[in-house]
Amino acid sequence: MGKPRFGFWNVILWVVLLLGGYSLILRFARGLGASTNLSDAFPWGLWVGFKLFAVALAGGGFTLAAVVHIFNLKRYHPVLRPMILTAFLGYSAFICSLIIDLGRPYRVWHPMVMWNDHSVMFEIAWCVMLYTTVLALEFAPAVLERLGWQRALVWLRGVMIPVVILGVILSTLHQSSLGSLYLIVPGKLYPLWYSPLEPVFFFVSALCAGLAMTVFESWHSRKAFGKQLEQSLLVSLGRVLAVALSFYLALRFVDMVHRGVFHLLLLPRTETYLFLLEIALLLIPMLLLFQRRIHQNPTALYFCSVLTLLGFVTNRMNVAITGMEASSGTYYFPKWTELAITMSLVAGAFAVFWLAVKYLPVFPPAHETHLAQSARVAAPSAAASPAVPELTHAGS
Amino acid sequence: MSKALLYDATICIGCKQCEQGCATENSLPYNDSIAAEEKQSEHKYTAVLTKGDKFMRRLCMNCQDPACASACPVAALRKTAAGPVIYEEGRCMGCRYCMLACPFNVPKYEWGKMLPKVRKCTMCPNRVAAGKQTACAEICPTGATKFGERDELINEAQKRIRDNPGQYVQHIYGLSEVGGTSVLLLSSVPFEQFGYSANMLTEPMPLLTSRVLSKVPDVVMLGGVLLGGIWWITNRRDDVAAAEDSEKKSVFEDKKRGKDENGEA
Repeated sequence: MGKPRFGFWNVILWVVLLLGGYSLILRFARGLGASTNLSDAFPWGLWVGFKLFAVALAGGGFTLAAVVHIFNLKRYHPVLRPMILTAFLGYSAFICSLIIDLGRPYRVWHPMVMWNDHSVMFEIAWCVMLYTTVLALEFAPAVLERLGWQRALVWLRGVMIPVVILGVILSTLHQSSLGSLYLIVPGKLYPLWYSPLEPVFFFVSALCAGLAMTVFESWHSRKAFGKQLEQSLLVSLGRVLAVALSFYLALRFVDMVHRGVFHLLLLPRTETYLFLLEIALLLIPMLLLFQRRIHQNPTALYFCSVLTLLGFVTNRMNVAITGMEASSGTYYFPKWTELAITMSLVAGAFAVFWLAVKYLPVFPPAHETHLAQSARVAAPSAAASPAVPELTHAGS
Repeated sequence: MSKALLYDATICIGCKQCEQGCATENSLPYNDSIAAEEKQSEHKYTAVLTKGDKFMRRLCMNCQDPACASACPVAALRKTAAGPVIYEEGRCMGCRYCMLACPFNVPKYEWGKMLPKVRKCTMCPNRVAAGKQTACAEICPTGATKFGERDELINEAQKRIRDNPGQYVQHIYGLSEVGGTSVLLLSSVPFEQFGYSANMLTEPMPLLTSRVLSKVPDVVMLGGVLLGGIWWITNRRDDVAAAEDSEKKSVFEDKKRGKDENGEA
């Protein structure tokens, strides 16, 4: 089954990258006006929605770094690396799309020297810079192990705890600040989405999206390399995801009750339908994930993670696009170039992830104390399982 | 004291000379077809809207506490003490958050240019600094647009409404909208008819985000201590467990490659 699928996906990948490359040239040769459907009435579009989503996917990085390093639940150690890598790629995609989206990309460094601490965007700029660095440091052991640079590894381990703590704080700030961006548009963002709790929603949903991403990646990694996480671990993640999703949805519900906006759901509008779609895509996996028979079936678990991820894509796009349309007085749909560039960034991230899993000890249970062993495990043939029971034991 | 503009739509004759004066002051093109465009754009910082025999100006409100200035990550937009909300194009990186944040949808962007800038009325900061009126106020033949101290203009606006009760909507637009603006409007018809929202907050927009941003240092401080503390407890637990477990098989393994161990345990 593996071979033909890869041929197919390879073709897709190259087509997307070619279109994306052409769009990129168009954007930098002709400007934003020629390469997007953005306008004075609709200054933020698909690329902003994509940025919000890319960062949400990175939520697994800080969640698991905290779980493993701070809360010392070593059982989850095998999940950490793929999530750190995902987070790093998510942030890299964010930075790429930011550079493409900025009117003057060569000034992207300005927030470093030109400060405005009243600006949410300023906070975001700093969080992105610092947290991307943190993620690079957190993922560095995988690369160093492969290279066998022991001294750098020892040094890195010495500073890892402060780095992890810094990383958790930075991402907490960053995830929530992406929601805070929209606090200043009470008259513009449609009331189904505008809420003073937006920063909290963004933060909690990033936790959920991160967990879903873990399940999603493990399934694909098994298909491609036979490398995956222990089923028992995935089941645990599924349960945590169920609880996290219920908390998120309860929060949204309570917020809507307090703001008294339920009557809006009776209006036959695009906003209503897309809002219901968003909630359904989160509610269905939540209900499914509470059932034992779903846990036992890896494909069902995967299906739930896909629904969750789609739910959060819809949520971020609703905030960035759907919810802003009515007040703008225009209709916005991304130009094909915007879509092509976005899809290229996604495809690029997938490709880098695939390469990393293939050549670096990402999925194997590279417990940091077993360096020599994990360096060897880098070969695809070695399965993840042997060391896991040991780790489970250490965590309990 | 800060300067302001008072625009009284009941005196306006719709001659659009303010548009002309603005274009000249800002070196923008101006001709009949641009005059016919009834909206602000990257080449038109103020527009006179016409509905029958009623007129209304649109321009940057130069808010007292502007959303755009609080939103701008690089402080390219700034409220000056004199009144104008100015734009330093050398700082701007083009994130366009100001456009999103502005409750009046004022900032416009040069979408067609390779090195685009944000464009908006900046209340003629150079003229104001030199003690002169804004270009639009100076050129206005009827005095519909009047330049002066904000406090005095508010008094005058209130007086006009008081003296001619039937002639005005009982509201000075910009007096309390979004915490007050440096452009004050009087009209005989509801402001909504010309796209001015009646549901503006009366508190400054930047408060909406600064309430959250002000908590950032606390999150860093408390988060750091809390996470550090949890780490200390959980790891202490491990140390104790390891000590009790000593001389057993896991330690035996560790010893064999002891040089790698120093960091983590």
